[in-house]
Amino acid sequence: MEKVRLEIDGKLVEAEEGMTLLQAARKIGIDIPTICYDEKMAPYGACRLCMVEIGRNNKTRLVASCVYPVEDKLVVKTESERVIKTRKMILELLLSRCQSGPIETLAKKYGLEKSRFPGEDTGCVLCGLCVRYCGEIKKANAIGFMGRGVERGVAFLPEIAPKVCLSCRECFTLCPGGKVVTESLDGTWFPPLGWQKKV
Amino acid sequence: MAKLGSPVDLEKFRQQLVSQRDLNLPCVTICSGTGCQAYRAASVADAFVREIENQGLKKKVNVRRTGCHGFCERGPIVVIFPQEICYLGVNNEDVPEIVSQTLGQNKLVESSLYKDAKTDKSIAYESEIPFYKNQSRILLGNNRLIDPQNIDDYIALGGYSALVKALFELGADKVLQMVKDANLRGRGGGGFPTGIKWETARNAPGEPKFVIVNADEGDPGAYMNRSLLEGNPHSVLEGLIIGAYVIGSNKGFVYVRQEYPLAVQNITTAIEQAQEYGLLGENILGSGFNFDVKIHRGAGAFVSGESSALMTAIEGRVGEPRPKYIRTTVSGIEGKPSNLNNVETWANVPLIISKGVDWFKSIGSRGNTGTKIFSLVGKVNNTGLVEVPLGTTLQEIIFNIGGGIPKGKRFKAVQTGGPSGGCIPESLLDMPVDFDELAKVGSMMGSGGMIVMDEDTCMVDIARYFVNFLCGESCGKCVPCREGLRQMLIILNNICSGKGKEGDIELLQEISEVMQDASLCALGTTAANPVLSTIKYFRDEYEAHIREKRCPAGACRDLVAYYILPEKCQACLICLRNCPAGAIIGKKDTVHVIDQAKCTKCGTCIEVCPARFGAVVKLSGQTVPVSALGGTKVIRKR
Repeated sequence: MEKVRLEIDGKLVEAEEGMTLLQAARKIGIDIPTICYDEKMAPYGACRLCMVEIGRNNKTRLVASCVYPVEDKLVVKTESERVIKTRKMILELLLSRCQSGPIETLAKKYGLEKSRFPGEDTGCVLCGLCVRYCGEIKKANAIGFMGRGVERGVAFLPEIAPKVCLSCRECFTLCPGGKVVTESLDGTWFPPLGWQKKV
Repeated sequence: MAKLGSPVDLEKFRQQLVSQRDLNLPCVTICSGTGCQAYRAASVADAFVREIENQGLKKKVNVRRTGCHGFCERGPIVVIFPQEICYLGVNNEDVPEIVSQTLGQNKLVESSLYKDAKTDKSIAYESEIPFYKNQSRILLGNNRLIDPQNIDDYIALGGYSALVKALFELGADKVLQMVKDANLRGRGGGGFPTGIKWETARNAPGEPKFVIVNADEGDPGAYMNRSLLEGNPHSVLEGLIIGAYVIGSNKGFVYVRQEYPLAVQNITTAIEQAQEYGLLGENILGSGFNFDVKIHRGAGAFVSGESSALMTAIEGRVGEPRPKYIRTTVSGIEGKPSNLNNVETWANVPLIISKGVDWFKSIGSRGNTGTKIFSLVGKVNNTGLVEVPLGTTLQEIIFNIGGGIPKGKRFKAVQTGGPSGGCIPESLLDMPVDFDELAKVGSMMGSGGMIVMDEDTCMVDIARYFVNFLCGESCGKCVPCREGLRQMLIILNNICSGKGKEGDIELLQEISEVMQDASLCALGTTAANPVLSTIKYFRDEYEAHIREKRCPAGACRDLVAYYILPEKCQACLICLRNCPAGAIIGKKDTVHVIDQAKCTKCGTCIEVCPARFGAVVKLSGQTVPVSALGGTKVIRKR
């Protein structure tokens, strides 16, 4: 493996080619917040909380560190003013959809008490951890996305879920909303199958 | 038909075709693009065939159903060659006269000719009609000469000679150099240099390599790719084969929307015919180069026009973009080098090869060579497809070619680039239209949509329209785009319904900035453009909505009211009878009054009130005067 040297928050880092900026940063103990990232699965680049600023002087841009590959001589800032501003807005947008778990914790950390945006607490931020875990790791594909744009949602597949979910339940602990997946299995989703209330 | 085994075979075949065709024989061409078909052009074409037979002219006249001529406002369009007499808005009843007069006796039929609104004179020839006269139709021009279902028409006009030149005369290196030197920029939106894209894909390691035609045109009001694919599919195909040869690809895709049935049909036929002739498949024209094309039909997702989403869809998965920090030219379909270009970009390639770099560079402006097709729609007299050199001004396109704004209304703005573009105000009409200039003013080229708006269009409402469109068309994967759009729509809905509050404009800007900075794909990073550009150029309209609860254009229903001026109403009962909501109270000799509680604000009353009375007015931002119900006597006009 080729080695590359880059600078993250002023610190020189040696990383292997093919690593992502997030991996390189975590290697030297720099914490970048993430919601949709899980090292067990392929990076997804959807929550955009891990945005970092790359480049020098006036030529900088934001990239998602979970998918951006390390480059030699790259200069990375993980907590610049622009990064913080972006993260705060993303958290504020997420807070309108989910007010528990890591979203709540992160929002507090970034000084957000309340979101200016209206929305109901659905608990689900569409991070896709459950969907990807079920597909990539368990190869069961019992849960998937449905709809598009603002109508996007997550649903169990009625043909598959009843056969595999009750004995697996591994996605429950992944859910940053902490309850969505569990509550979805409370019977309201498959009434004909007579599932028990509250698993 | 035996396969054409060499360039000599093709040339012989071409000469044979040309010699069989009598160019002096009159030919009636009927535009059969989707626009004219909606005006029943197919039936008009049948009527011509019947009538020509009835009048005994069958052996003296040819009939050809061609692709889109572009002047869609005035279809069905009929052009009679060799004189190029142009008849507009032709219907079945006009056909016998045209056949007997023009074809039989070589006389013009005055009633179907174009009439110039300014001079009131008729114009007989297509090339003299202002709409066409001011264009440079290097790509669209052949549409009117070709039956898109017949490869022979394309070959007779010199088709596939650029391919021969590329394969046998120039070789891949020189072709690539030509495309680079011509500085052909991607016509799909971003304007990325095509030659550099090709070079990246060519040099990228990995086999097989793919080339793709992006025909997933989805911008509201845009249909230039559609017309090109419907009208001249072989020009796109020829460009694609040349590109594949340069890049070293043996497998191509045409990604076309299922909603474009005629385009799907014509490109399918084109591919089949090209295969039959040996212009596609194994050992093309004996060159040793193999290339095949497959059609992939889109399932109606706007976001699938984005390159990585399109490639994901070709792989058989949901069309969602993926991060492009590694370019798709290096890692696209199945992780292999994949070169995607727009329909119009591919169609330019054979022209550059045939006519040369210098010719191509002589068209357009600095850094923006060649022409661009725009679909000119909205509040403009001549709706249609306009092809002009890059760098032509908006003024020229909208007023000289487009014929200005209907009903003497005032121009307000033009929206370019579809949902990712912006609204450009009147003060910038002299601006040259090219990739760089549009980006400078906060809009973009996009694929070439151009929606003209007049004084009756509310700019806040327009921003809301595009944000609403994107709310349904974003894939919903990344947070800034999905949640940002959701919140922007809520704010814009509030503003349009009079519930806007101080700080809303700033909040919209704040969301926009993060969307631009942090979204996953270009749909998200540009989604805020309609909002930002309308705030930039029409901030006063936003403020009027928020502060005065007034819609200056009178377009936002919740902010307008209709009112009958008591001193002008002549109690004619017309509005009362036409009101679909039964909201008008009145009787003979008594001034009519609108019951605001019942009124649905459809505007029928203002439309039907006789112009000589002009008694109904639209109010916005002011209290509706209280009318004396069921009493006031009419003040008669003298």
